[in-house]
Amino acid sequence: MKIPRRSSLPFRFALYACLLAPATLYPAPHSLLHHPAPTFTRNDLSGKPVDLHAYRGQVVLLNFWATWCGPCRLELPRFAAWQTQYGPQGLQVIAVSMDDDSAPVRALVRQLNLDFPVVMGDQPLGTLYGGVLGLPQTFLIGRDGTIRARLKGEADLDSLKNRVRRLLAEPRP
Amino acid sequence: MLQVGSRIFFSQAHIPGSIYAGPGSQPAGLQLLESSVASSPKDRLIVIYCGCCPWNRCPNVGPAYHRLRDLGFIHAKVLYLANNFGDDWVAKGYPVEEPR
Repeated sequence: MKIPRRSSLPFRFALYACLLAPATLYPAPHSLLHHPAPTFTRNDLSGKPVDLHAYRGQVVLLNFWATWCGPCRLELPRFAAWQTQYGPQGLQVIAVSMDDDSAPVRALVRQLNLDFPVVMGDQPLGTLYGGVLGLPQTFLIGRDGTIRARLKGEADLDSLKNRVRRLLAEPRP
Repeated sequence: MLQVGSRIFFSQAHIPGSIYAGPGSQPAGLQLLESSVASSPKDRLIVIYCGCCPWNRCPNVGPAYHRLRDLGFIHAKVLYLANNFGDDWVAKGYPVEEPR
């Protein structure tokens, strides 16, 4: 859908006025890399608690997504396939929906037949992960519980798959 | 200035002074947008933004912009965020309002 990109003088004035407002510090996007993944517990769509800490020793692919996010919908079936293929080697996919409402999430999970935990995200969880302010976002967490990669936007899935395999090849702590 | 994306995104960080007006991709969001501007004069400058996804993949700003134009807001504008709000606004050090 095309939107005119001309900017009028009042628009520029309003934007510049906004830019001059006091800034607020926000966690640096890459500050989480090579640090322990922030732990959290959220219920999945069936009400079962999902505790990230419980997956220590496994490789966790933590994906933030939403039903209205086109690239996210392309990635999820691949992640489901990886869960099946690499689950026995220690991969665990956990998906965090950033939808405001769970109804479309439940429908899509059923439609795609996703067999990994899907939890509903919220502001504290997004902030905990450095601010999830664009989708999709995927964190790779090693067996030692540290964040080994943060991928923002639509991932190169072949490259991501190789990274997952490399992490799975590392010894358990 | 109106944010027309997800409420979770808005509650994490938003441009100071901007108002949550609902995701433009959903009927309920467009209804909230309409009520948000109902008392505004048609010649008022209204800037909307989202930044949930790359510009050409955002499901929200297009419908919201066209709804505003359909309503007669001749000075409706969209803030261009190439990739997402995190990279193109927050990470560049522009002001954000703290989570509540």
